[in-house]
Amino acid sequence: MTEELVAIVKRECPTCELVAPVLREIAAGRRLTVYTQDDPTFPEGIADLRHDETLECSHRLKVETVPTLFRLEEGREVARAEGWHRGDWESVSGVARLGIELPESRPGCGALNVEPGMPERLALRFGDLALKARTIEVSDWEDPIEAAYDRGWTDGLPVVPPTDLRIARMLAGTSRKPDEVIGLIPPNLAECTVEKVAINAVMAGCRPDYFPVVLTVIEAALMPAFAMHGLLCTLHFAGPVVLVNGPVAKRIGMNWAGNALGQGNRANATIGRALQLLIRNVGGGRPQEIDRAILGNPGKYTFCFAEDETDPDWTPLSVARGFAPSASTVTLFHGEGVSGLSDQKSRTPEELTRSLAMALWRVTHPKSASDASGGAMLVLSPNHHDIYKAEGWSRADIEAALWEALKRPASEVARGVGGVPVGVDPALGDALVDKFGRENFLLVRAGGRGGLMSAIIGGWTGQRNAKEIQVVTKEITG
Amino acid sequence: MIRNEPYLMRDPTAETAPTMRERVPPPADLKAATIGLLCISKERSEEFLDRVEMRLAEHGLNVLRFAKPTHTKPAPVNVIQDIVERCDVVVEGLAD
Repeated sequence: MTEELVAIVKRECPTCELVAPVLREIAAGRRLTVYTQDDPTFPEGIADLRHDETLECSHRLKVETVPTLFRLEEGREVARAEGWHRGDWESVSGVARLGIELPESRPGCGALNVEPGMPERLALRFGDLALKARTIEVSDWEDPIEAAYDRGWTDGLPVVPPTDLRIARMLAGTSRKPDEVIGLIPPNLAECTVEKVAINAVMAGCRPDYFPVVLTVIEAALMPAFAMHGLLCTLHFAGPVVLVNGPVAKRIGMNWAGNALGQGNRANATIGRALQLLIRNVGGGRPQEIDRAILGNPGKYTFCFAEDETDPDWTPLSVARGFAPSASTVTLFHGEGVSGLSDQKSRTPEELTRSLAMALWRVTHPKSASDASGGAMLVLSPNHHDIYKAEGWSRADIEAALWEALKRPASEVARGVGGVPVGVDPALGDALVDKFGRENFLLVRAGGRGGLMSAIIGGWTGQRNAKEIQVVTKEITG
Repeated sequence: MIRNEPYLMRDPTAETAPTMRERVPPPADLKAATIGLLCISKERSEEFLDRVEMRLAEHGLNVLRFAKPTHTKPAPVNVIQDIVERCDVVVEGLAD
């Protein structure tokens, strides 16, 4: 059996300097190859000293720390010692009483091949990662950002050019294989791989740590219940609205506080945009083509935010929908733009409930009821929530009260009332009608403090067909 | 971000279209189209385009004339925008 010892070192590392005499001790009696990551002359006095200039050897041996001493049999690793620890080095090398002048142990330094961005570079160079998407060459004189516009890849804002290195870094954000098919993207039902999602996530400006969220958003959008195809084709304003719940929101730095529904947070902005770019680029869903929106809404660039879960008295939406508090989830709602409600006067839960219900009746049309209305996502700000909290009201209490307050006698909103033809069947008389289908009414807590206001995100009229079209929630698993 | 070497990107689409961009298809019928004639301001460009305009007018087609100040520089943005706003097709005229 061929047995050999291999050490990886760099001169820049004080521990490597420290073990240089030990390496000479080993080399005196054993077959030892030393690969140096930086200075090709370091360490002196080693017969088989090689410069790992491309870092291929370090990469293939999956070195994380220098110095690392390996014992290989038939070229395969059977043992390794990282940093300097006399016992470990003696056991790996099979040489007793090593470095008796040295301290018992010293930690090593980070290896060059695992410096930030380097593993992906090496994976591309040495063929561990073979991207399948075809290459588009941009000529010497073209600006890559303009080239992306010219090819119709953008939503109107510039995109980050999807180079191999950026894609590789994005893919490092997930353990899933680049060629795994995650579904068929409407409207063209084009097969979509993890790699294609990564390319579009790069273009949207995502960081690799957002990528598991992006993948889950895509998977949620592809759940048949969500009816993404219908949503992107609709004449209506609505597009996908993404709500993120659970620990991931804090881990990736999402905004659920001031201006949560506005601009300025990279994760909020780019996760929602990645979904839209994917639908455009892989699915082929473009405005004035299959996207038939009469007016659309600015949220169709991107619409993604997190729920404020910092109040222990508040039950997050994901938990109300049956997920564990420790689970990170995405919830996709078919939503139009944001409509604000300022109510600085209500002081009791009952007053505020009536006030919110009044504003919610505006969704779709002030006289449309559940047979014709889309649902709504009510984003309750912390100051408005305080009014409920002061009286001990839970999420369930607020929802139940709102649900009652949203009932109106049909006669108030019947066809013709107020000289407006829109409305419910006059034959219903004074029977109470609901504004929304129950499953399409969502309550979320988010926003900053300092003002008594909340936001209403109106739903899609398609939601009235609750059997076919539903809000979806999916856990982020990585 | 103009670079001096080819820049490689990966295709974000379903790859159903060719990598080379396609030309805009010509209009099926020029009768309803407005044809722009862009003079590049080279020697005798105007004379050349006068002749082109005359031939197009003989067919009853709508023609508008444009010019860029010098053939030595790309057309100014306002000239390009004028053409985009008012024309369906454009003929760019050279001469000498």
